[in-house]
Amino acid sequence: MNLDELELIARSVRQENAAYDYELNVCMDLACASQGAEMLREALISAGDASGKKVLVRRTGCMGPCSSGPLVRVDPDDTLYGHVHADQAEKIVASLGNETVAELQCDLNEHFDKQVRVVLENAGHIDPEKIDDYIARDGYKALLTALMEMTPSGVVHRITESGLRGRGGGGYPTGLKWGTVAKAGGDVKYIVCNGDEGDPGAFMDRSVMEGDPHRVIEGMAIAGYAVGASKGFIYVRAEYPVAVARLTTALREARRRCLLGSNLCGTTFNFDVEIRLGAGAFVCGEETALIASIEGKRGTPKPRPPYPAVSGLWGRPTLINNVETFANIAPIVRNGGKWFANMGSERSKGTKVFALTGKIKNTGLVEVPMGIKLREIIEVIGGSVPGGHTFKAVQTGGPSGGCIPAEMLDLGVSYDALLKVGSIMGSGGMIVMDDTSCMVNVARFFMEFCMTESCGKCIPCRAGTGQMYKILTRICEGRASMDDLELLEELCGTVKETSLCGLGMTAPNPVLSTLKYFRNEYIEHIVHKRCPAGVCNIQAPVEVLA
Amino acid sequence: MSDNVEVKTLVIDGHEVSARRGQTILEVARENNIDIPTLCHLDGLSDVGACRMCLVEIAGSNKLLPSCVATVSEGMQVSTSSERLQKHRRTILELLFAERNHVCSVCVANGHCELQSLGQSQGLTHVRLPYCNPELTVDASHERFTLDHNRCILCTRCVRVCAEVEGAHVWDVMGRGIKSMIISDLHEDWGSSSCTRCGKCVQVCPTGALFDKSKVGAEHPKYPDFLPYLNLMREAR
Repeated sequence: MNLDELELIARSVRQENAAYDYELNVCMDLACASQGAEMLREALISAGDASGKKVLVRRTGCMGPCSSGPLVRVDPDDTLYGHVHADQAEKIVASLGNETVAELQCDLNEHFDKQVRVVLENAGHIDPEKIDDYIARDGYKALLTALMEMTPSGVVHRITESGLRGRGGGGYPTGLKWGTVAKAGGDVKYIVCNGDEGDPGAFMDRSVMEGDPHRVIEGMAIAGYAVGASKGFIYVRAEYPVAVARLTTALREARRRCLLGSNLCGTTFNFDVEIRLGAGAFVCGEETALIASIEGKRGTPKPRPPYPAVSGLWGRPTLINNVETFANIAPIVRNGGKWFANMGSERSKGTKVFALTGKIKNTGLVEVPMGIKLREIIEVIGGSVPGGHTFKAVQTGGPSGGCIPAEMLDLGVSYDALLKVGSIMGSGGMIVMDDTSCMVNVARFFMEFCMTESCGKCIPCRAGTGQMYKILTRICEGRASMDDLELLEELCGTVKETSLCGLGMTAPNPVLSTLKYFRNEYIEHIVHKRCPAGVCNIQAPVEVLA
Repeated sequence: MSDNVEVKTLVIDGHEVSARRGQTILEVARENNIDIPTLCHLDGLSDVGACRMCLVEIAGSNKLLPSCVATVSEGMQVSTSSERLQKHRRTILELLFAERNHVCSVCVANGHCELQSLGQSQGLTHVRLPYCNPELTVDASHERFTLDHNRCILCTRCVRVCAEVEGAHVWDVMGRGIKSMIISDLHEDWGSSSCTRCGKCVQVCPTGALFDKSKVGAEHPKYPDFLPYLNLMREAR
């Protein structure tokens, strides 16, 4: 395989597609599939056949606005239909070449206009199970360019130049990490892709793995070339069976096209990828626990240093990056580091995919340039809070993040800005809450999550989260005193500062941030025994008559 | 030991001390009679950094490091007993006492318990947290020893001594979070497990979770100090 052969494949796919007058792209991601997208696709195929028009029906990955699903996009007109049911298939096929079906058309121009699609550039345009579809959209060009025209250190330099930072949440500079692993000694090194997405309300990585699996594989192979590793592992949670199936197909197809395996493209570089399944432990998203899990051990974290870059999988230098980080690699190699660095804010470059959920009109997947104001994400892209309710807070970063109140909506989204206000970028979950959400109850929900997901290795996290959960429950039930609040704050400090891994260190964040911005709600619960949002069921104290 | 030993100098609690490259802060501190409290660490076993009692402050970093695994570096300024550390240690001890059923007065290890003596040395006068009072079992199926989950602090010393020194790996941890439990083999009764009856786990257990059936109270001191000696003798052979 070389660049010319790749171009040949791309050309033949384009020619094949050109034989059709219309392309009907049906979103088959989980949200759409659960509303009958499969039946819709079959109905579109038979309606297309019956009409005699040259129609290509393609299943694609997530298109973004999940709340409008099932979605169908008609190309080349670029018309998006939402809430389409199988019995409306004939209507859509009949409209091809005529007037569009007005009642099904989605008015989401504003939603898409503010977005910049880098990671999701192929989502909704390719069939995730067809490698040639990916190749037709410049897939694997970056890998071949790197192998044929660049030195490994040149690749690392390009990533460094791009300013890409880890998309798993921590925001560690990716180029620096790659450079460290590249410099580490030893002839056996590993690449690990962290697909153990576990934050409540987050589904970015799942959508990328399901909608564009080759992009992740290509990113890993480039990383392997850059740091000198010949083996990669994708660690996916077993709760994502579709992602596993798509990745398995993708790996098989990539091997068949000789884009994985020995002597890639006639060079001395060998690279292959294996899939490893997680068994449903949130803590296995922590890199040292993930490594233990791949090794077949109990998934518990280890103290760092030594960092995985020096001593990781089986004691070898290991590069661990998140799915979204790897998904950014191919476009950076293709378009150059400067192109990427031109997007975003000063210290957070590029784009970020967010899973927008909660009390918001357009729930789904969005990709925005770093530095965009939260207000734009929520009011313009998200379409604001529905049902006449008012916006109260947005929670970012899952159980490790915090709640950002309405008065901070003009904050530009970046790693540093979010950290400054007591939250984190996290992997990209964004849960919107309105005036019907009780912030104490929200904090309790996340604490319960951390408590049940704590591995139990270190005491502050194992016992501390449980004690904090108990105090939060007492507050929610109106049985707490102000002393409890003081104790809660003290426990937050100890758990944050003394826990072994990131899970424990960040577990108090939802409590700390709600205490910072919504302290009055805690006081209302404790002193006045009432829940301002009307969520918590507080029993009025029984008055004892003397 | 290789010929070119690299020596580092550092400051621990104001004392200038020297150390070999690769030594842990805890090792160097104890060599110099500076006491850092520990629970899961034991000389002769690998370190897991789990109990968080041995956390120390390093000047110039806000992060607290477990001294049992953190290695020394040149010019490091270590503080082992600041106000902040003491407060955290007391809170961690409180969390431990409240987690399971630690009732010293009726415990076989009363007077010989590392948790109890740490509580005393760290000035823990009372526990502010509500006791969890979990319902836990006692495994007395072994002919010589008993495992009382009520007193277990999950330090995993027994797991490590059995796997690393005895080589039997009878013990391991099951479940997660607050529901974590020490189990023998694949969660079988200790008595019918593959236990070699060497008793090392009983000697290294810091509390009354593992004890000898034939002894109680004052008669039950434990002798974990045999480990470094045993390792040394094995190395020599």
